[in-house]
Amino acid sequence: MAKAKITFEDIEQTVNVPAGTRVIEVSEKIGAGIIYGCREGDCGTCMMHVEEGWNNLTEPSVLEEKVLKENMASRHDRLACQAQIIGDCKVKPA
Amino acid sequence: MSTDIDVSAHRHAVEFADGVFWVGALDPTLRNFDIILTTANGTTYNSYLVKGSDGVAVIDTVKENFSDEFFARLESEVDYSEIKVIALNHLEPDHSGALPELMRRAPQARLYISQRATSMLKALLHADEDLQYTTVNTGDTVSLGDRTLEFLHTPFLHWPDTQCTFLQEEGVLFSGDVFGCHYCDKRLFNDLVGDFRFSFDYYYAHIMRPFKKHVMDALKLIEPLQLRQVAPTHGPILRERPRRYVTHYRELSTSALTCGIGDEDQSMIVFYMSSYGNTARMAEAISEGAGEIDGVRVSLYDLQGGETDPFVDLIEEADALLFGSPTINGDAVKPVWDLLSSLAVVNLKGKLGAAFGSYGWSGEAVRMIEDRMRGLKMHIPQQGVRVKLIPTEEELEECRSFGRQIAEVLMGKSQKKDVIDFADLA
Repeated sequence: MAKAKITFEDIEQTVNVPAGTRVIEVSEKIGAGIIYGCREGDCGTCMMHVEEGWNNLTEPSVLEEKVLKENMASRHDRLACQAQIIGDCKVKPA
Repeated sequence: MSTDIDVSAHRHAVEFADGVFWVGALDPTLRNFDIILTTANGTTYNSYLVKGSDGVAVIDTVKENFSDEFFARLESEVDYSEIKVIALNHLEPDHSGALPELMRRAPQARLYISQRATSMLKALLHADEDLQYTTVNTGDTVSLGDRTLEFLHTPFLHWPDTQCTFLQEEGVLFSGDVFGCHYCDKRLFNDLVGDFRFSFDYYYAHIMRPFKKHVMDALKLIEPLQLRQVAPTHGPILRERPRRYVTHYRELSTSALTCGIGDEDQSMIVFYMSSYGNTARMAEAISEGAGEIDGVRVSLYDLQGGETDPFVDLIEEADALLFGSPTINGDAVKPVWDLLSSLAVVNLKGKLGAAFGSYGWSGEAVRMIEDRMRGLKMHIPQQGVRVKLIPTEEELEECRSFGRQIAEVLMGKSQKKDVIDFADLA
């Protein structure tokens, strides 16, 4: 299975994950500072900032785009409960 | 200044600045608000009118079943056709309840809300296609001719959508829930009503306290304003020395307990319950281990010896929280849950958490406490320690090591592998 590396900048930790893993699955286990609310892409609580590898996460859905807009997301912000890792990237809490 | 105000005796608008009117409603029999708050003398739902040379603004509405009183007061001063602006500072139903009917009666009026309010507006009104509104942010203004309303983005006071609206020419801040309280008095103004200090502080403690950081951010926007009056959505209008209340909010939002812990030091609180002394021994060993790490101030508390409220104050100031509970009938014990269910009034986001406990045969308590702490948005860096019945010396050493490891994470000293494999994570 294809692998990818995700780095959580706030705790300076990198994890080798199977491609397709959602960020939430990794960040919760590793204890990164991204926090979660509804866990289903509705509340915007888990907004994270993608420092590197923006294109190495799956594209945001129309619904995720809508929630990001409502929560006044900056450029390169994503929802950790929605984004799947498909290549190397570095993230931190938004 | 008039001292004979009695807004319960009529249904007229009450002018409190030039062209600025209170058009709210009294709810003197309310005793419980939003489930979490009590009130000994009800509340008010404050709505306001601002008359300009080029139209009228309505700022906030009232709870739906108080619409008649609101509309009667509004009609006493203006015609619906004059309404140009409806500004909603907060979409909770006690302020947006009369909105649909107001929009029906004044279809030409434009609705101004914060960006974060849009999804709430849709979920409250369920009228996706027909909704017309403008989203506003700090510094945005809307003109009523000779009057200007300026918006301040003040999220989480007390929902994500909350904002304040400032009438520049009169120095009136329509503050939403900020500076409000559940206190119903027909004399309406802070210099005439009874003693509402308790209600003001109680409201802050339950509504604003979890969002202290956001209160401080909002105060940075509010404090520079040339304030002459503060008009909140609940309780008295603050026309006499309004800045006192702003200062008081800053005091309430500033850390009260410092306990001599230096800026570089971190406070770790270890709470435990123990039936046969086993979990207590684990707590002592964890505290010993944690205390070996420079900069960590460890406090050990038996939950049997304290009450919830002071513990909540302590938790608010702490940096790491450890909970020890035996497992009894497949669960953590009630005093632990009592404390863990009393923390909605403080912000725990990002605090370090860990759990431990002795058990007889199944030991579910530790994982259940960890899940609860995750739910409280705490950071659980490590799976907790569980010991079957009486801890051995080796197991107590494991507890000391656990305490050291949590303390190292707290001080940013933990040793990490460069890259961890996902499959190795617990």
